[in-house]
Amino acid sequence: MTIVLRRVDERLIHGQVVIGWGSQLHPTRYVIVDDDLAGSGWEQDLYRLAVSDGATVVFLTVLEARALLQSMEDDSERTILLTRDVGSMVRLARQGALAGRAVNLGGMHFGEGRTRVRSYLFLSEDDREGIRELAGGGATVTARDLPDSAQVTLDDLIGADSNG
Amino acid sequence: MSDAVPVRGIVTAHGDMALGMVDAVRQIAGGTEDVLVPVSNVGKSPDALVAEIEAIAGGAPVIVFTDLQAGSCTLAARLSSREHPERAVLCGVNLPMLLDFVFHRDLPLDELVARLLAKGRQGVIAVAGPTAEPR
Repeated sequence: MTIVLRRVDERLIHGQVVIGWGSQLHPTRYVIVDDDLAGSGWEQDLYRLAVSDGATVVFLTVLEARALLQSMEDDSERTILLTRDVGSMVRLARQGALAGRAVNLGGMHFGEGRTRVRSYLFLSEDDREGIRELAGGGATVTARDLPDSAQVTLDDLIGADSNG
Repeated sequence: MSDAVPVRGIVTAHGDMALGMVDAVRQIAGGTEDVLVPVSNVGKSPDALVAEIEAIAGGAPVIVFTDLQAGSCTLAARLSSREHPERAVLCGVNLPMLLDFVFHRDLPLDELVARLLAKGRQGVIAVAGPTAEPR
């Protein structure tokens, strides 16, 4: 099938993703792209328990994911691909690997140096630079916490420092 | 009744659910503020949620009650209970479970957990309509 959602979400697999997006997209596979988690068996077990209905969960480093990206687009699984930071998605997207593809920004919460875009989305200057790089590589970057929420456009994401 | 420290409870859930459940328990059963502490996940990063649970839990026996197995609250509770055998995590929290907790906090943690799971499950029942169970 295809990758039905590419999303940056600090919480990775959680209620909004499994229930909010999952109930509309019916994924059969979650692919977590994260260099740290790819080497941490006990944390992988935690995330696997958070998935219901027999979907599989695969953990890949960014490099592994780059090598497998096209086959994930082409195989028979409906895949939700997740990173927990913009930086990992940027590395995944290098050399135009996500050109013409949509990238969704979901939950990124308040932290030092981050300013508010929406209640679920706080971005640092590095995040904004990463978003520009994603867009420059041909990806369509928008933000939305749930499938039925209003979509935040690229201009909104990288424009003003904060809209309060 | 043992000499052990009574178990404390943390309810962590989406939105205002934890606050509402703890408020309901206090209205029905009373109880002091540190017996059962609500924690919402709203606006919190995974690390922040884990840190909040750990700060409340301290080193004493604690049960973390969560709403949804496939959720950030349960994940944070499980992360915070790693290498802490004195912390238990129960998913699918309901009011019968919490009320029973308040009145049986003196039990050893393993006995209390088994009891609360049974109470919670007993509390889910059809009492009217075509599938009502005979009373």
